[in-house]
Amino acid sequence: MADEPMRAPGSILPLRLENVSFAAGGRTIIDRVSLAFEAGPRTIILGPNGAGKSVLMRLCHGLLAPSSGRIEWATPERPGERRRQAMVFQRPVMLRRSAIANVVYALKLAGIAAPERIRQARAALESVGLADLADGAARVLSGGEQQRLALARAWALRPEVLFLDEPTASLDPGASAEVERIIQAIHAAGTKIVMTTHNLGQARRLGDEILFLNQGCLAERAAVDRFFNQPASAEAQAFIKGELPWT
Amino acid sequence: MDLKRRIVLAATLVAAALPLAAQERFIAVASTTSTEQSGLFKHLLPIFERKTGIKVRVVALGTGQALDMGRRGDADVVFVHDPAAEKKFVDDGFGVNYKQVMYNDFVLIGPKSDPAKIAGGKDILAALKKVEGAKAPFVSRGDKSGTHAAELRYWKSAGVDIATQKGPWYKETGSGMGPALNTASSMGGYILADRGTWLAFKNRGDLAILVEGDQKLFNQYGIMLVNPAKHGHVKKDLGDAFINWVVSPEGQKAIAEYKIGGEQLFFPNYKGH
Amino acid sequence: MGVIVAAVRDAFGLMLRLDAQLLEIVGLSLQVSLSAVAIATALALPIGAAIAVSRFRGRQTVVVILNALMGLPPVVVGLLVYLLLSRAGPLGQLGLLFTPSAMVIAQTILILPIIAALARQAVEDAWREYQEQLRSLGAGGWTAALTLVWDIRFSLLTAVLAGLGRAAAEVGAVMIVGGNIDGVTRVMTTAIALETSKGDLPLALGLGVILLTLVLLLNAAAYTLKEAAQRRYG
Repeated sequence: MADEPMRAPGSILPLRLENVSFAAGGRTIIDRVSLAFEAGPRTIILGPNGAGKSVLMRLCHGLLAPSSGRIEWATPERPGERRRQAMVFQRPVMLRRSAIANVVYALKLAGIAAPERIRQARAALESVGLADLADGAARVLSGGEQQRLALARAWALRPEVLFLDEPTASLDPGASAEVERIIQAIHAAGTKIVMTTHNLGQARRLGDEILFLNQGCLAERAAVDRFFNQPASAEAQAFIKGELPWT
Repeated sequence: MDLKRRIVLAATLVAAALPLAAQERFIAVASTTSTEQSGLFKHLLPIFERKTGIKVRVVALGTGQALDMGRRGDADVVFVHDPAAEKKFVDDGFGVNYKQVMYNDFVLIGPKSDPAKIAGGKDILAALKKVEGAKAPFVSRGDKSGTHAAELRYWKSAGVDIATQKGPWYKETGSGMGPALNTASSMGGYILADRGTWLAFKNRGDLAILVEGDQKLFNQYGIMLVNPAKHGHVKKDLGDAFINWVVSPEGQKAIAEYKIGGEQLFFPNYKGH
Repeated sequence: MGVIVAAVRDAFGLMLRLDAQLLEIVGLSLQVSLSAVAIATALALPIGAAIAVSRFRGRQTVVVILNALMGLPPVVVGLLVYLLLSRAGPLGQLGLLFTPSAMVIAQTILILPIIAALARQAVEDAWREYQEQLRSLGAGGWTAALTLVWDIRFSLLTAVLAGLGRAAAEVGAVMIVGGNIDGVTRVMTTAIALETSKGDLPLALGLGVILLTLVLLLNAAAYTLKEAAQRRYG
C-alpha cells in the first residue's frame, strides 16, 4: 500500500469525521468518532447490534446531522448540485413505475438530459442482468431483483462513494451472491465501497479494511486479514468468536 | 401533473363555474316558502317571462328573512304577506313602489279525531280558545313568517297570552309551512296553514280542514321594490316591470286562474286602476 | 315500506322518462360538486403533502386543527359564505350570491380540509417509507413531495372521493348561498329538501335514490381504477 492514497483532483474523498457524536431519545448512539475514508480500499463496518453502524453510515451519507463534531467531504456538497455519493439500503425502495423508469428518475434528478437518461439506464440494467425486466413494474420484482435494481440505479449515477447498509440481509444465498458480484464490479469500475454487514464471510470476501464499531465508538481499524487473524481489541475478539460458529 | 398546470386547471374550472349573467336579464325576488310551495310561481312566472324576456329568480324564505334580504340588498323585489311588517319596511325607507296584490286565506287544520271539538266552526278565535282549553297538540311555525305573525295575532285577539300560557301541547318547529305540516301530520296536531300550501301538500295523514271562511283569516300579499336609493345595484326597471305586471289586469287574471284540483287559491285585489 | 316502494318506483319513472327538469337538477349537482372537488383537490393536495413532509414549530397543532376542520358543519360554512357574498358584505360587489358559483365556493371551503387532512395522512405514511431513499437520490422538499403524491395517486383518490361524497350529500351550504332557485340553483339535495317539505315523500326519496346511485357509480369506477393500477404497478 502506498503511503499517500491516490486522490483524484476535485474528488469528494477523503471524507473526514472529527469528534462526531450523535444522540437521539436521550441515548448516545455515536460517541466521539474521528476517522477518515480514503479512496481505494473497500471499507466494511462491523459491530454487534446497536453498535451504531447504520447510524454512522447515515451520518456520512448526509441523511442525519451529527449532534456535535464535523463531517467534511474534500469537496463540499452543495444543495441542487449532482450528488457524487449514493446509498443502497437493506430494503430497496422503488417507485410505482417500471424498473427502467426508476433508474431514469434518479438520472433525471442528477441532471442528465432526456435521451441520455434512457441510454444510461438501459446500460445500468444490462450490467446487473435486469435488461429483460426493464419495462415491467419495479415493485412486483423479487427481493433479489429489486436489490439489483437499486444497485443499478445507484451505479448509473457514477458515484465516487457507494454506501451499502446490509444489502444482502434480506436475500437468499443465490441473490446474495449476485449482489456481491455486482458490488465487486462497481468497485472495479472505480467507486469507493463502504458497507455494513452481519455476515463475516461476506466481510472477508468483499472487504479490504474493517472498521469495528462497538457501543458507538471506533474500537478497531485494520486490514481485513489482520483483523480476522489477530484482532487487537478484546471486544473484536469476543465479537468474532461469537459470530463464527466454527471457532 | 406539476404545480403550474394544476393552477391553470383550477383557474379554468373557476372561470367555467362563473355565471354568464351578463347576457341574461333577471331579477331576484325574495318571497315566502308558502307562496312557492303553493306552486303559484311555477304558474305565474313563465307567463311574465314569455311576455318580457325577464327571468325571475325566486328565493323562498320566511317573511321575516325575505324582508331582511331586502334590507341587505340581496334581492330586487320583495313579495310577502305581512302588512304590518311590510309597512314598517316601507316606512323605514327600504321599499318603494309598494302595492297590495292579492289575498289568500288561512285555514285551521287538525286531526279528524278533533279532540278540541272545533270542526265545522266559522270563528277562528273561538276555535283557538277551545284548542288552548283542551291543551290539544298544536304546531306553530315559530319562524317570524307571515303565517306565524298571523297566528300570534289570532291568539292575542282570542284573549290567550300564548307566551305565558303555552305548555308542552304547543310545539314550535321554527320551520317552513311544509315541514310544520309534516310534523302536525305525524303527531295528529292542530295547525294554522295557508290554503295554498295545504292544497299542494301531499302528506296529509289524518289531517283535514276544520275551520275556514272567517273574514279574519284573510291573508293579504304585498309587493315592493327594494329602494334603489339604499342599494344602487337594484334592477329598478326590471323590478318595476315585474311589480307593474303583477298588478296589471293581465297579471291579476293570471293569479286568479291558478287552481289546484279546480280550487282557486289566490284572490287578486289590487285597487289601483 | 309502501313509501319506499313508491319512492323506488318514482325514481325509475323519472329516470326512464329522462325528465327534463330532473336532468337539469342532476346536471347542476354534478357541475357544482365536481367543480368544488377539482378546485379543492388542486389546493388541498399540495397543502396536505407540504404539511406531511415538513417539520416546523406548531406542526402538531396545524395537523390537529386540519383534522378538526373535517367536521365543519355545512350550514355554518353556508352562513359564513353568505355573509361574505351578501350585498351588505365585503364581497357583495361580485354579485355571486344565489348563483352556482357561490355554491361551488361554499362546497370548496367545506371539503378542502377533508381532502387535505386525508392526503396528509396518506403522504405522511408513504413519506416514512420513501423518505431516506428519495433524499439519498437528491430529491428535496417540493420535488420529493410531488414524486410521492404522484406515486400514491390512487390512494389519494380515496381522499378525493371522500370530499366528493361530502359535497354531493350536503344541503346546508348550498341551500343558504344558492337559495334553491328553480332552474338556477336547485340541486339534488335542495330539491329533496323542498319535496320533503311539500310532503311529496316518494318523490323526495326517489331523488335520493338517484343521488345515491350516482355516488355509488362514481365510487365503483374509482375502485376499479385503483385495483387495475394496483395490479399494474404493484
